[in-house]
Amino acid sequence: MLQTTYLPWSYNDPFADMRRLQGAMNRLFDGGRSSERSGAYPSVNFWVGQDSVVMSAELPGLTDQDIELTVKDTMISLRGTYPEPETGDDIRWHRRERPAGSFLRSIELPFRIDPDHIDARFENGVLTVEMQRPEDDRPKHIQIKSS
Amino acid sequence: MAQELKPQAAGTVARSNGETEPATLTFTPAVDIFEKGDTTVIIADMPGVASDGVDVTLERQVLTLRGTVKPQAPEGYRRLSSEYREGDYLRVFTLSDNIDQAKINAEFRNGVLRLELPHAAEAKPKKISVKAA
Repeated sequence: MLQTTYLPWSYNDPFADMRRLQGAMNRLFDGGRSSERSGAYPSVNFWVGQDSVVMSAELPGLTDQDIELTVKDTMISLRGTYPEPETGDDIRWHRRERPAGSFLRSIELPFRIDPDHIDARFENGVLTVEMQRPEDDRPKHIQIKSS
Repeated sequence: MAQELKPQAAGTVARSNGETEPATLTFTPAVDIFEKGDTTVIIADMPGVASDGVDVTLERQVLTLRGTVKPQAPEGYRRLSSEYREGDYLRVFTLSDNIDQAKINAEFRNGVLRLELPHAAEAKPKKISVKAA
């Protein structure tokens, strides 16, 4: 069949590659983190396992008390506030590149997660959250009998 | 005061022993620099670096901050999406000569390196007496 419409999210989009390349170039010449570019903060990485998902985010300078993690059904929310930079009359600033202020990010997950089986760790400025799928929500294996 | 060296220069300065490393990702850590009284403070973000992966060297007036990341991919998992990438950190500064290099204090906590560089007592102008012939 002849394809007549180009859906922007389909693989047939002729500009998708170009945009991807542009994004890659921007990241390359950015020389640093892409978090400021995408608008959503903090940037997160995801890994999936059999019945679980792992999320990680870089939050340097925070402590585990500064981060608030809430989970409801398929939504995970990450909230936090960076400590105030030092103040005083005798301070003269030369550079200020590090993140400041507070953030809130909510992410929709592909499945429900069991709020009783969440393992969150904060180490060296990196938050790692391991989430499990509830038992009754997991895909069932069905045995196929041969006659 | 701390003046930044350009990354190209940093490469040659940092690897004076001539060895070339494989092309792992190296990021420029975000820094805050301020002067507080008689001390210059440099704060650098290096998330993912353990305290034994931080390396601060000072050679003459060149201060090199380096952090080595231990890549952490959860076992038995496959990558679904990545918004940020992991990599090492490198940033080089030249210090002005009024820093008291013996009193530099470094501290690393929660992925953040904090360096305190106290200024040396003002060097007195040296008087050189001229002998009459």
